[in-house]
Parts: sequence; C-alpha cells; structure tokens
Amino acid sequence: MERRSKLLSNLDWTTVFIYILLVLMGWLNIYAAVYSDEHSSIFDFSQRYGKQLIWIGFAFLLAIIVLFSDARIYSGFAYVFYILIILALFATLMFGKVVNASKSWIQVGSFAIQPAEFAKIATILALAKVMGRYNFKLNSFKSYVVAGFIAFFPALIILMQNDMGSALVFGSLIIVFFREGLPGWLLAFFAFLVMLFIFTLVFSTSAIMVTLLLLAGIVFVVIGGKLKAYARLLGIVLGVGVVLYFGSQIFSWKIPFNYIFIIPILVGVLAALIKAIASRSRIVFYSALFLLVSVGLSLSTDYVFEHVLDVHHQKRINDLLGIESDPLGWGYNVNQSKIAIGSGGFLGKGYLQGTQTKFNFVPEQSTDFIFCTVGEEWGFIGSFVVILLFAILLLRLLKIAERQRETFSRIYGYGVVSIMFFHVAINIGMTIGLVPVIGIPLPFFSYGGSSLWSFTLMVFILLKLDSDRYGALG
Amino acid sequence: MSLKLQTDRHFVVSGIVVLVLLTIVIKLFYIQVIDSRYKFSAQNNVLRYVTQYPVRGLIYDRNGKLLVSNKVVYDLLVVKRLVKSFDTTEFANLLDISTDQVREAFTSLKKQRGYSSRKAMVLLKQLPVDVCNRFREQLFRYPGFELQPRTVRKYERHIAAHMLGYVGEVDENTINNNSYYQLGDYIGISGLEKTYEKELRGKKGVNIYMVDVHNRIKGPYENGKFDSVAVEGKNLETTIDADLQEYGEKLMVNKIGSIVAIDPKTGEVLAMVTSPSYDPSLLVGRERAQNFMQLQTDSLKPIFNRSIMALYPPGSTFKVVNALIGLQEGIVHPYTQYSCAGGYTVGRGVGCHIHRSPINLTEAIEMSCNTYFCHVFRNIIDNPEYGSVEEGLNVWRKHVESFGYGHKLGIDLPNELGGIVPSTSFYDKYFRKGGWSSLTIISLAIGQGELSATPLQMANLVSTIANRGYYLTPHIVKSIGDSLSIDEKFSQMHRTTIDSVWYNYVIEGMDMAVNCEPGGGGTARIAALPNIRICGKTGTSQNPHGKDHSVFFAFAPKDDPKIAISVYVENAGFGATWAAPIASLMIEKYLTDSISRPYLENYILQANLLNRRGKTK
Repeated sequence: MERRSKLLSNLDWTTVFIYILLVLMGWLNIYAAVYSDEHSSIFDFSQRYGKQLIWIGFAFLLAIIVLFSDARIYSGFAYVFYILIILALFATLMFGKVVNASKSWIQVGSFAIQPAEFAKIATILALAKVMGRYNFKLNSFKSYVVAGFIAFFPALIILMQNDMGSALVFGSLIIVFFREGLPGWLLAFFAFLVMLFIFTLVFSTSAIMVTLLLLAGIVFVVIGGKLKAYARLLGIVLGVGVVLYFGSQIFSWKIPFNYIFIIPILVGVLAALIKAIASRSRIVFYSALFLLVSVGLSLSTDYVFEHVLDVHHQKRINDLLGIESDPLGWGYNVNQSKIAIGSGGFLGKGYLQGTQTKFNFVPEQSTDFIFCTVGEEWGFIGSFVVILLFAILLLRLLKIAERQRETFSRIYGYGVVSIMFFHVAINIGMTIGLVPVIGIPLPFFSYGGSSLWSFTLMVFILLKLDSDRYGALG
Repeated sequence: MSLKLQTDRHFVVSGIVVLVLLTIVIKLFYIQVIDSRYKFSAQNNVLRYVTQYPVRGLIYDRNGKLLVSNKVVYDLLVVKRLVKSFDTTEFANLLDISTDQVREAFTSLKKQRGYSSRKAMVLLKQLPVDVCNRFREQLFRYPGFELQPRTVRKYERHIAAHMLGYVGEVDENTINNNSYYQLGDYIGISGLEKTYEKELRGKKGVNIYMVDVHNRIKGPYENGKFDSVAVEGKNLETTIDADLQEYGEKLMVNKIGSIVAIDPKTGEVLAMVTSPSYDPSLLVGRERAQNFMQLQTDSLKPIFNRSIMALYPPGSTFKVVNALIGLQEGIVHPYTQYSCAGGYTVGRGVGCHIHRSPINLTEAIEMSCNTYFCHVFRNIIDNPEYGSVEEGLNVWRKHVESFGYGHKLGIDLPNELGGIVPSTSFYDKYFRKGGWSSLTIISLAIGQGELSATPLQMANLVSTIANRGYYLTPHIVKSIGDSLSIDEKFSQMHRTTIDSVWYNYVIEGMDMAVNCEPGGGGTARIAALPNIRICGKTGTSQNPHGKDHSVFFAFAPKDDPKIAISVYVENAGFGATWAAPIASLMIEKYLTDSISRPYLENYILQANLLNRRGKTK
C-alpha cells in the first residue's frame, strides 16, 4: 500500500497528462482522416479509428503494467531484450510479409506487428546498460566500437528489410553519444553527413558537391593535419548552407538548388586556399590537384548515375528514400500535403470539415501523413499546439533524464528523447516539405498499434525508472 | 566530464530540440498564414480530376475503306450533395428513360466503388447525343448534374464482328493488375480490339482543376503543371478486303461454318468469315449487356469464332499432305499406280467411290481415291527404314507439323487454337504400347481420325501448296499508325520439310480435280472458272455431330497464286456440293470483282443448311 502511494506521488504526472492528451488528439485526427458520411459511428471497429481505439486501450494497459512492474527488470534484462529483438528482426527478415516493398511486418494471428518499432526500446535499453557500466567512458576507440555496435546493429538488419525510414531513426542516437562525451564537432560532422547523405540521394546532381567537400576535407586533414580546423571550416560551410537552404525554403528566395551547395563550398574552398597559402608549403599544388581530381570524379558520378547504372538501380536508390512509395511522383505528394496543411489557414477549417485529406489527395493520410489532418482542420493554432505539446514533452523528458541518479536511467532517457525527437521532426518536416519523404510515423498520432505501443512503453519505462529513482534508498 | 560540461550538453540538446521545432513552426506559419498560394478563395477547395479520354484508333480495310470509327455519347455525372429535389417524371422524360430506371440509377449510385456525395459520380452511361442535346438546354434546372463526353465504337459496315472484336468496360481484375485502367474505362475485350489494345487506346490525359464548394471550376490547378494531354490511339490498316468479307458473309447466311482467304505471297488474311455471325454494332451502347446475353445463349453460338477456334477433321483435303510426304520419303513415285476396286480391303477396310483403275498419284488426287492413299499412308508408316511403327508415325508427324499443323500459327487474334496431330504417346495411351499399327490408324490416310485443324490452318495449308513449300504466318494488321512495319514474325518464311519439286505433281492433281474434261473423274468440276485456273481439293469430313462437313480448299490462279481459300460448311454433305461453289465464287469475286455465274450464286444464297445438325447422312 505504501509502495503504491509512493509510486503515485513520485510519478511525473505532467508527462502522463501530456501523453494522454497527445494520444486522444491523435485518435480524433485519425477519426477525421478516415471519416466519411457512411461510417460515422465512432465505435465502428471495421474502420481504422475503431481499431485504433482498441490499440489505445492496449497501450493504456501496457502503461499500467509497466508502472506496477519492478523497475530493476529493465536494466537487469536489457541484454536479453536486445538479443530477443535481434532474433525477431532476423525472423522478420526471413518470414515477414512484404508491405510497400519492405519486409518489416510479421504476422501474429490476425494482425501484423512491426518488430522494428520495438527494436528501438530494446536498443536504447541495451545502449544504456553498456554505457552505464561503472567504468565505461567514451574516450577510446574500443568504447565507440562497442557502443556503436549496440546502437546501430539493429538498424543494419532493418535496412536489410528495406525499411530505410526506421533504420534512419537509429541515427538519432548520436544525441545520446553527444550527451555522454562525444566531441561536439563530431556531432556537427555527423549531422552534416546525414543531411548530405539524404540530399545526395534525392538530388543526384548534388553528389558532385558532396565529393568536392569530402575531398576538400581530405586535403585539409591529410596535408594540413588539422582535424579541428577542418571541422571549424565545415561548420562555416554547413552554417552558410543551412541558412541558404532554410532561407530558400521558408522565404522562397529564388536560389537554384545547386547554388545552396555551391556557394558554401566556394566559401569553404576559398578559406582553405587562404589557409594553404599562409602555411607556404606544397599545399597550393596539392589543393589544385585535388580540386581537379574532385571535379573529374564528381562529373563521372553524375555520368555513372545517369548512364552506367540502369533504371532499376536508379530506382532502388530512390527506393531507399521512400520516393517510390509515392505513386504519382515526389513533387506531387508533398505539394498535396502542403496544400492540405496550407489551406487550413490560421484557425483551420474545423473538425471533420477538411476536404483535402478526405478525398484521398494526401496519401497515407491516417499513418505517415496524419499531420495533414491536423494542419487542415485545426489550422496554424492547432499545429502550433501539437508541436508545443511535443516540445514540452521532449524538454520534460530531458529534464527527467538529467535528474536521474543512475547513469543507466539517464542514458535511457536521452535515448527516448532522441528517437521521439527524430520521429516528430522528420515526420512533420516531410509533410511541409522541409525534409524528404521518409516513411516514419508521428508518435501517438499515426494509425497503427506497433508505433503507439512502442512509444508508450518507451515513455512509461522512463517514468517508472524516474519514480523509482529513490528506490535504492527505501 | 565535468559537471559544467554536462549542464552545457543538456542545454545544447534542449537547444537543438527547440530550434528544430521552431523552424517547423516558422515554416508552418509561413505556409498556413503568410503564403496565400495554399489558400483559395472559398473555404472548401477540392481538386477535380477530369480525365481526357483519347479517341480510339480507327480500323481500315486493305483498300483504305473505313471499318470501325467512333461516335460520341455522354455519361451523366452527378454530385449528390448538390442535387436539389426535382420532378422525377420530367427528368426521366427528358432523358428518354423510365422513372424506375431513374430511381434504380440513384440507388445503385451509392453502391459504386469510392462513392462520395461530394464527388462527381457516373449516374447513367452512354446516353445518345440527341437526348443529351435536349437535356443540356435544361441542365441549369438540375444543379449537380453534368454531361461527360465519351467515345464508343461505330461500325461503318456491319461485317467481320469476330475479327474486329468488341470494346467494353474494364473488369475489376484488369484494374487491379494494370495501373493504367480505372473504373469505367474501356478496353478491347476480343478480336483485334484486344490484340492491339495498347496501340488503339492511345493514352489518357488528365486536367486538374480547382473547384469551389458549388463544384464550379475556378481554374487549372498550379497552372496546369500536373496536367497531361491525351494522346490519340493509332489507326490500324488491316489486310481484310471489306467487299470480299461482306460477300463471304452473304454467301454463308443460313449456313454454319467458316471461310478463310489468304494472300499466299504475304500471309495477309483477305477475308475471315465465321457463320453464324452478328452485327458488331449490337455490342455497343446501352443495350450491349442485353444483346451480349442473347448472343451468348444462342444455340448456334454466334460469338464463337469458328475460323480460328473450331477444330474440324480435314477430310480428303488432307490427302495432298500424305501425297507430299510419300513423295519426299520416296515410298511413292508420281507414276506409281494402285488399283482400286471400290475400297481398301485390308483390316476393317476403307470404302471408295467408283472411278477408273488403276491410277497414278496425280489422278488419285484428282479423283480423291481413298484406296490409293491408304497404300501411301501405310507405306510411310511401315517403311522398314524407320524400324518401327512408332518411328514411322514420328516421321509422318514431323512432316505434318511443318505445314503449320498441331500448333497455333500465331495470327494476331486472341484465343487461336492449334489443332491436333496425334503422336505415338497419344496412341500408346489410347490403345496400349505396341497395341496399334498402321492399320489401326488408317483413317489418318484420308484426313479423318484423331487429326483436327482450324479453318485458318486449312487455308494456310493450301497457301503453302500454292507457294510450293512455304508459308508466312497469317495476319490481319498491315500497318499501325504511321509506321509501316509490323511484327517481324509475320515476314518470316516457314519452309515445309518437303522439297518444292514434289509440289507440282500434287498441284497437277488439284488442277485436274477442278479443270479436267467432263467425265474425267475430277471431284470439283463445279468450281471451275473459264478464265481463271483454280486448283482445289474437296473434302467430306465425317464427324460425330451429324451429317458430314462439306470441305473445300483451293488457290488461284495456278501459275501466279493470289488467293488461297478454305471453306467449311458444317453438316452439309459432300465437299463438292456446297464448299466448292462458295470457294469458287469467292475467288471470282476477289480476282475479277464480278460474278459471271448468277445461277451458282443464287443456288448458294438460297440454301438453308442450318437444321441438318444431328441428322445422320
């Protein structure tokens, strides 16, 4: 009895409240997205909103089970969960069913489960376990290899399932590494690589620019031996690039896309050359040589993509980014999604009054593009509230993570934040054309049991660990 | 890591989260509040996809005469939620339908796939132009309704229904398997319409419009950036001679059977008559389903394309093939003589009619002597060189197949059948291994037994003989759109396994069968024409369905063949009685464009051979 009252008083009720709010809002939006004149009963279990209601019931049940469980099992069985989920991922790879070209679902009875969703929890638990060991420090090559393996091995299997979106999610765990001591410039470099990687695949012409930059880096690091200087340089390049890119996206500056790459690189190369001349060595010669080689290489990259690779290879590369799951072409979908959200205006069209989402103009409107319904029916106000709720939740979870006494719990908390943050930012970002279309769900909003349960478990395990943070004392 | 650094990192991560989410909020504010591109004047904007249906390609005959064109009809579309109540009777009268039909249309409207009260749905299909013109004047009184033009087939001449095929709405299966098609689209279902669907259909286009809450078009969406233009279907030029086809259909009225005429030099099909036939325009428009049902339940099976799907025993016409195989294999010489005393008496025996005796190979073809070919056939099969009956049959079969028998010829029509040439394994199964001999299968000698072929294969056979040893795959389309080239397979020469020198002896026999002196014994003298030398062979094919089929095949002129023809008249009796005169009239019509024997024409036209089925000879 005493234990229960302690649980209730130690529980972070703010988080629970926001969680419930988001789940209910999500459900209302699924109802709106699927709503039609024929099936208007809220409890029609043949419809998606009816089914989602069942998933939500289960999710609440899961939350309660977690809260009344023993907090020690999550750290104690972290590796067991991890190994089990790795096995499940392999099993999916072999026996799973193919949906939208990716083999990431496994059929259990009458419904399908996506093990990749649960792999996220198991991975951050295992990562927290490894990095939370008493004498573990992120300062040696070995420590990076071990932690890196734990964090990214599941992503590799998921990638083999051809589910690029879910695999990319694991990349967000770099934030955990950063919190635990990864040098800041490496984080910047990682972010830079991720962005360039995505952009290169989506826009083949910019492959040129990536090659140029990487080669400039090699010149600088190998010849100049100045890793930190290059990182600083890259920071400049990245900064200019980001300003140009988002500037053009948000304020519709008329900058041709390639220039967003070319301008920062020119700035960077110029800076590098000045540096090279200043140090008065053979660097100028090498720079010229490398520039020459890089231009040649970049031109051939373009040539290889267009002429050497045949169409199905090109398609496969596009597939990686989910462009192919978009039946009418990439520009069309994002445009429709933007129209749906944009037409919502400041106040929105009102609940169930959205038209764009209702007539199937937006694909996957109850799953990956659920935010369109929010944007269209609730307008900017509603979108803002949703994002604000996510922001409060994420900051709250960060705060919870920081106040943990156990390293394990803190790292786990950061893992939860990283993954949820990635989902929110990428999902909403893609619906408004800020990032390429990567098929990952919006936490608590998108239709589907696996995603809802996995995020529920994630959050409530953290809340359980949190409520138990004095547990060791009494 | 120092405590300060830890606090810093907490701050940096929080900063990243806030910054990224802030970027999203700014972007959202921009597209939702500042940028007006995404907001249109009315509150409820919906895009309207108006499909631009391309005009289906036209079909011409070999002389440029139009066979198939298009005509405009209208589908009546309705946006249910915009409909105001109206007088059903008046509405029905305006559209020339009954009030029940109106009610029924509205009830079934809601059952349509993807039904929405806000979308324009098809209420009534294929309304004729005059009705629509009347309705359009009153359209303002019926908000929510509109007319969408569609094109359907129009047949300039009411011929060649089987060959042309018909067009209908796509079925669910096709829609699921082919992303090009959507509910309500038309597709070629049979005949040329099916084979050349891809060429004929063209490419659909789409115009995307923005419409307001009253479904009024406000203008093109994104200035037509996502629109596409419809591409017209390509026209087909066929090899058919429309006049000859029409004449053939006329001759076959009240008869069951088929005529196939081929230009032997090119493999082009000049006419392909199947009887009974039907008017192709029956399968167009709103009565299509009803007419189709009626045709389908007709006991004479008018939808069945006999020319390429009916399997008949070739009968005596097949003797020419056995003669050629015998000559090639060296078991018979042109001057080899056999005597015939009214039949082949070994085993169960095969009867023969009365003619002079003994006779050589040419005469045997001229008089169609069964006995002669029983000798020839048995000598082929029992040739000691092969060692066994099985091997003998294999050799025979290989030769027969080189004439285009036993497999599909590959004409550009769907559902062609390949016929049957029995194999050793077939007889091993039918009797038992070693349980049969050349005598058991003796009926193959005179084209009976387990052998069967389509009328097209028969025409192709006589075409091969006219060419003295080769054929080109029969085909119906000469050119598609502007390009003159067609599938390469139609210009490939298929050589038989028989040396061309042997053909002359057989052709001589076919010549004599038609053109011998009176009393000379020729079986097809009724087919003779004064100025054109026709070479032909009669056949009387026994079958389990009743009276014998009357068969005849021929080519003409003898020295420069321009037409090869096969005629089958089911359950009509001797080949010479019906099939030969029909072939002769067809040849004369094609080569001279006139008819010099009106008595013969009348004799055919007035004959009604429909009710002979089931009666034994």
